[in-house]
Amino acid sequence: MEIQHLNVKIFAENSEGVDREKFTPVFHGWIQDQSGDELLLDVADYLHVPAGPGIVLIGEAADYGMDETGHRLGLRYNRKAKLEGSNNEKLTQALRSVLKGALKLESAPLLEGKLKFSRRELEFSINDRGIAPNTPGVWAELRGDFESFFSKAFPGNAIKMIPNPDPRQRFGVSVQTERPFDLEALLASL
Amino acid sequence: MKTSHDLWKSLLGKKIPADWGREIDIFETEIQLRKQGKLDEKLFAETRLRRGAYGQRYDNGQRHDGTKVQQLKFPSGELTKGPMTFCDAPGMQRIKIPIWGMNAEQLETMAELAEEYSDGIAHVTTRQDFQLHFIHIDDTPALMRRLAASGITTREACGNSVRNITACPYAGVCPDEAFDVSPYGRALTKFLLGHPDCQDFGRKFKPAFSGCKQHACGLTNIHDVGAIAVGKEENGQLRLGFEYVVGGGLGAVPFQAKTFEIFMAPEELLPTTQAIARVFARLGEKKNRNRARLKFLIKDLGLEKFQELVREERKILPYDPRWTSLIEDELRNEEKPLRAGGECPAGGSEEFQAWAKTNTRDQKQAGYTVVTVTLPLGDITPDQLRAMADLARKYTHETVRTTVEQNLVIRWVSKKDLPALYQELKAADLAQGGAGHIFDVVACPGTDTCKLGISSSRGLAGELRKRLSEQAFRLDQAVQNLHIKVSGCFNSCGQHHVADMGFYGISRKAGNYTMPHFQVLLGGQWENNGGSYGLPIVAIPSKNIPTVVERLTGRFAAEREKGESFQDFYRRLGKVATKTMLEDLIKIPDHDSKPEYYSDWGDPREYTIGDIGTGECAGEVVSLTEFELAAAEREYFEAQVLYEQGDVQKSGERAFRSMLTAARALVKTEFLDVPNDADSIVAEFRARLYDTQKFWDPFAGGKFGQMLFLAQEKSQDPYHAESAHHLLEEAQLFIDAAHSSYNKMAAQAAAPKAS
Repeated sequence: MEIQHLNVKIFAENSEGVDREKFTPVFHGWIQDQSGDELLLDVADYLHVPAGPGIVLIGEAADYGMDETGHRLGLRYNRKAKLEGSNNEKLTQALRSVLKGALKLESAPLLEGKLKFSRRELEFSINDRGIAPNTPGVWAELRGDFESFFSKAFPGNAIKMIPNPDPRQRFGVSVQTERPFDLEALLASL
Repeated sequence: MKTSHDLWKSLLGKKIPADWGREIDIFETEIQLRKQGKLDEKLFAETRLRRGAYGQRYDNGQRHDGTKVQQLKFPSGELTKGPMTFCDAPGMQRIKIPIWGMNAEQLETMAELAEEYSDGIAHVTTRQDFQLHFIHIDDTPALMRRLAASGITTREACGNSVRNITACPYAGVCPDEAFDVSPYGRALTKFLLGHPDCQDFGRKFKPAFSGCKQHACGLTNIHDVGAIAVGKEENGQLRLGFEYVVGGGLGAVPFQAKTFEIFMAPEELLPTTQAIARVFARLGEKKNRNRARLKFLIKDLGLEKFQELVREERKILPYDPRWTSLIEDELRNEEKPLRAGGECPAGGSEEFQAWAKTNTRDQKQAGYTVVTVTLPLGDITPDQLRAMADLARKYTHETVRTTVEQNLVIRWVSKKDLPALYQELKAADLAQGGAGHIFDVVACPGTDTCKLGISSSRGLAGELRKRLSEQAFRLDQAVQNLHIKVSGCFNSCGQHHVADMGFYGISRKAGNYTMPHFQVLLGGQWENNGGSYGLPIVAIPSKNIPTVVERLTGRFAAEREKGESFQDFYRRLGKVATKTMLEDLIKIPDHDSKPEYYSDWGDPREYTIGDIGTGECAGEVVSLTEFELAAAEREYFEAQVLYEQGDVQKSGERAFRSMLTAARALVKTEFLDVPNDADSIVAEFRARLYDTQKFWDPFAGGKFGQMLFLAQEKSQDPYHAESAHHLLEEAQLFIDAAHSSYNKMAAQAAAPKAS
């Protein structure tokens, strides 16, 4: 089964101390730079919506958002455009993108180092119910790909994969590691 | 953009009504034709608008990033989906939510679409639609199929068409209504959707219904046509009917609707509206979009002349049994409660009591209430939509409707269930109180996503909402009940004319800089279906608007006489005194001392008006003939595809159909009601265009017309590879000749008449 339209969310550790309104100017700065390989277009502010998408940096091929879904703040990478390659390559691309974004945010001067991301947990989902409805069958088909990817990404670190049990939600897997991982080292290894 | 489009087509094929499925297939083909350069960008723009696929800010490939203008290099290069609108630029999808509201499955579908195709938010508009933003054009057919499978069409959600036909969301349950307008609204919606008489407008056409004259919920006064439920005594019997109003509208030049008929019998509702549509299509302005709404036609003709023309048209309308059958059918579809009614248990938390005070409204049916779910700025998340679906199933027969105040209502809630429902809403972050309260501020998308936005209407609305909700119930009761509405420009999508305090975005030059401003309007009336329009008082820098609100409400609370309304108070105070109290807020601070004044609410970029694009609200005027000729081209393309796939029989049939469509397009320039069967089309074509030599080539004479006649003669024979191929060639020649013929007719019509 071919994976497409991956979402990866990396959770903030200290959401109480973070001034959400500052994500807007930070993301506008990313648009000014256009330093990545994805065309960035605009910023949408949904802070007025509880547990919503928060502040979204809209891109042409992918969005980045400081997302509040489930009342858990985190950076979500949402790949919209189709990607070629194997499932492993697509998982790598999405994880690499979210890690780059997380490191950039952690070091953003405007955020004064107050934002830190979790080193133990990531959430992967497939944002397309057509190709991946949230069923046990899909999990059975994809489990091997996920296991193989995570065992390479987190060598020597025990991982726990918890599929999202709600059939109305998108197909998703929460990944928790036994020991904290280093964001930079993980990015470099991908 | 998504990879699952074909999957949805095969998965949902059987769930989609055949005609809707066919329309979406056609639209998908049109996208392909546009990509191949076989469909003109202007024509494609109006086509997609009529399917609700709208442009969005920056889709012209330019965006000021706060320091410089960036050229946005979309992957599809120069390919456009409309004039100055790049194909890969994200756009907005408007989704009509008709009078019957939404059931649980539709709410769940909306949740999925917002998640998978948009940015995780579904937005309720001031015309009771939903909108999804940042949608790729390639995703629209799949999105439309998923909606269609749940019973929603996006057909005619934008463009020069009959827009969403709206009604008071309390229709059928409001204690003050004359009768339930819902069945009539549903009948008119079904009747006008895709109606041939509504395809050649110069501009949009918006109908609305209200169950009473005094409340605001239907806003009939601001609509092109409005039907207000009334009853009258006749021979000791109560007769129900409509006060029918026409020519209302907001926009840059707002008009109050005028009474067309004081009492219209229900059976006249559909034919009269049809007659109006025909008069509007025939006589309405087509060249100047700024004067193309029905209100201008009525102004130019005068109401009496307009009435006369409509009545004449009504007399000659071919009889249509649906005028009454649709209403009869709909009268049988009565909403019913799921659970037994009762009384709300006494007590409950203070929080619950406060919420119940503003967010519930007794129905005329004892024991039941309508619950308003307040959505900040009209926004709702996918998880919240799913929670709404669960509640709609659990407590009602899935009776959820949208409101003009950008909220949702759940009808038929037993009062006994209110405490439990409140707890469940709270768990879903949907139990915000203050529905219709001053902090329930309404705003159009403005500079967030609209190409025409001048100032940040949502940014300002969000700021006002935040500040006013902090004071919430400490405010004077008379102030709590006021309405604030914000538009990003003068086009009034935020309905700023019918608010106690209305604001619309403008800009002002300050030295070398530009500063966002809002024009302040006072005197608008929300009640009486938008009974009067506010007038501009003064332009104020955006960042000073919260202070304007504070001063206006503060003075009103402090100095008003007993029972005096906000409108009456400021009328008594007078414009001069009102302006004087805001005088210091008009002053523009210099850039160096107050740089924050030079950026807009929620947007840290240095303010510019350079991002404003060309509006697509109604696209450009494309004639009915051009549309039909495009349809013929598309059918011809489908015939080619079928031929390539080896289905020669269907290919031949489709090629012949494309010739008929082109012929009918030309016939319609003279005879709008031409029946759609082959014999009628060919007979009318022969009499009106062939025999008169209007369809005549300067070199080939009647050759191309004869191709149609021959194709008809042979249309009952089976097609084989050679005959289908031959017909494909002839069909293309015939369609080309139809284009030439139409161009010739249009040139003749435009030529100055010899005196």
